[in-house]
Amino acid sequence: MVDLKEKIGKLCPSATFEEGEVLRVCVEAKDWRALAEQLKNDAELNFDYLVAVIGCDWKETLGCVYEFTSTATRAMLEVKVTTADRENPMLHSVSDLWKVALLQEREVFDFYGIKFIGHPDMRRLFLRNDWVGYPLRKDYDANPEINPIRLNLEENEDDSVTYVEENGKVVEKKYKLFDPEDYVVNFGPQHPSTHGVMRLRTLIDGETVSRVVPVPGYIHRGIEKLCESHSYPQTLMYTDRLDYMSAHQNRHCLCLCIEKALGVEVPRRVQIIRVMMDELMRLSSHLLSYGCMTMDMGATTAFFYGFREREQILDIFDKTCGARMSLHYNVIGGVVADVHPDFIKDVRELCAIMPSRLKEYHKLFTGNVIAQNRTKGVGVITKEEAINYGITGPSARATGYSCDVRKHAPYAIYNELKFDEVLETAGDSFARYMVRMREIEQCVSLLEQLCDLLEKEEGNEICAKVPKLIKLPVGHWFQQVEASRGAFGVYIESDGGKNPYRMHFNSPCLNLIGVVDLSCSNYKIADLITITASLDYVIPDIDR
Amino acid sequence: MKKEDFKDNEYIDKLVEELNASGANVVVGSIDKLINWGRANSLWPLCFGTSCCAIEFMHLGAARHDMARFGFEVARNSPRQADYIMVQGTIVHRMAPVLMRLYEQMAEPKYVIACGGCTVSGGPFKGSYCVVEGIDKILPVDVYIPGCPPRPEAMFYGLMQLQRKMKVERFFGGVNRQEKIKDFLANHPEKTEAMK
Repeated sequence: MVDLKEKIGKLCPSATFEEGEVLRVCVEAKDWRALAEQLKNDAELNFDYLVAVIGCDWKETLGCVYEFTSTATRAMLEVKVTTADRENPMLHSVSDLWKVALLQEREVFDFYGIKFIGHPDMRRLFLRNDWVGYPLRKDYDANPEINPIRLNLEENEDDSVTYVEENGKVVEKKYKLFDPEDYVVNFGPQHPSTHGVMRLRTLIDGETVSRVVPVPGYIHRGIEKLCESHSYPQTLMYTDRLDYMSAHQNRHCLCLCIEKALGVEVPRRVQIIRVMMDELMRLSSHLLSYGCMTMDMGATTAFFYGFREREQILDIFDKTCGARMSLHYNVIGGVVADVHPDFIKDVRELCAIMPSRLKEYHKLFTGNVIAQNRTKGVGVITKEEAINYGITGPSARATGYSCDVRKHAPYAIYNELKFDEVLETAGDSFARYMVRMREIEQCVSLLEQLCDLLEKEEGNEICAKVPKLIKLPVGHWFQQVEASRGAFGVYIESDGGKNPYRMHFNSPCLNLIGVVDLSCSNYKIADLITITASLDYVIPDIDR
Repeated sequence: MKKEDFKDNEYIDKLVEELNASGANVVVGSIDKLINWGRANSLWPLCFGTSCCAIEFMHLGAARHDMARFGFEVARNSPRQADYIMVQGTIVHRMAPVLMRLYEQMAEPKYVIACGGCTVSGGPFKGSYCVVEGIDKILPVDVYIPGCPPRPEAMFYGLMQLQRKMKVERFFGGVNRQEKIKDFLANHPEKTEAMK
């Protein structure tokens, strides 16, 4: 293991360091590009996985925080890049080194107006093209008269812009996304197979897809900005509405992050309950993804089978949390209430029936010739591409890329539990589907272990002591958990007040739409449906 | 369900009163009744889910709740074939014109259900820079279903309210004309401007 501080200090003498949970390197905008190349290419550093690009407004300066992980050594690093120019802020893009930055940098541009030099497609991502201002800047004018509800349909924006450096000067270059002869099929935003309100502009050649340009933002609710005006306990409720299929995991992540900042030790009983809820949620999410994928491919009956077991899980949630979907169960320091007296019995019943039900699913769908022909060898993603595009979760594990946060950075009581990280190697739609089905088996085995643990657990404390008014100390924290669709991250920056200064949710699904173009190109247009269904993204998680 | 089991009876009573006051021909009135009975029991929804409520709507269609019992089962993906649009999930600025267009594409008579807190008032996202705080700002809404997301039972209640409302409408010379949207536009002059 190299001494990161010494190594980076040599590579970039102007950098300053902040010690923390993870080493933070602070560099000026002009030194950033050279350092980024070193971080990626240097054999000792080898930071091949860019976890998140987090835009931030520090009042005097604007900039980004980059979170890095090396998949080989699991070393972590944070880089803070700042620019003092608020009128026309510019940073060098790293989207050619880490493809995951393609969408994430566009998000930063949308929220903060930071232009990335060298980014091939510098357009707004979530907001309308005619939006005025950059909403996450601290001096944003939220007057509704500036941005009223516009009821005219948006113009299809074919003009894109890229900024390139020529002879030390930055030049704006405009270009068209599509040629006039191109045949572009619009898919969504209101379409049953998009799993929500995703819009894909699909360039096709005959029946073959040549390029897919995703247009998200049809459910962008501005959650990150809303969080800045809420106190920490109030921000918790937004996490249940990001990826509603991993409500527990998301909320768990935010709670962990705040608890880490407060230095609160969570009782063991709470940790067991939280992990149980996470696994139940994962199980229900994979069942839904099974149901939706089969329905997209025309197997409507399978949908009813998946939903039958989902109802059973929702009943368990209903008894303990009092709700079926927006569960609001985790709170800072613990959980709202102890589990229902029937909880363990119900979970055991579920675990008992699941193996036979899984057999039914496989009988219905997995072995079907049509299903296999439509999914095997379709939408192949390689392991290198998965890392470069920053995808995580079942879709990445289908490529053989070991990325389970529960294994690599265990939180709660995951290090005490026995489970396998499910890996497939084919990287096609079928492998992605099979990873989910095999993860259901792992969930069941985990739940059985957890039932035993919870029964034996003697402590009955369900919430640690936390101050009434929660104020985090000045600082910044980043926490990841394994949500149903991949690594979900929360970044909090605090100025010591009762509201977060900046809260960022790093959603796994945003990276998943980044690979739609890669995985669908050169396949038939009918395969687009199966590929996107097997990637299994949830739109509100992308848009936030 | 019996009439006394519903909560908003005054509203329906008022509609009945209005209907009685304007008077109806025996023949036309009887045909009205027959057509409305048919319409109310074969309500086809337009799939329009943007967020969490859509998942609960899927549960409504699945085996346990089974909305086919009430004649709602044929969820359509084209607005041309749908009788009502059940807006499930937050409507944001980028989505608002798309929703408007879908509504305009639907054939008369058409109904709007605002399902979930977000569509009723903006819900948990009230105060955000790009959320439409209640779809009644851009569309005439017939039934509101509160909840975040509403339970399937609540959705059924809302849908049955819509059925009851349809059953007391005057079909001939009434709902099949574009009066509702005209009334709505008269009350919202700024929309007329925006829709041009």
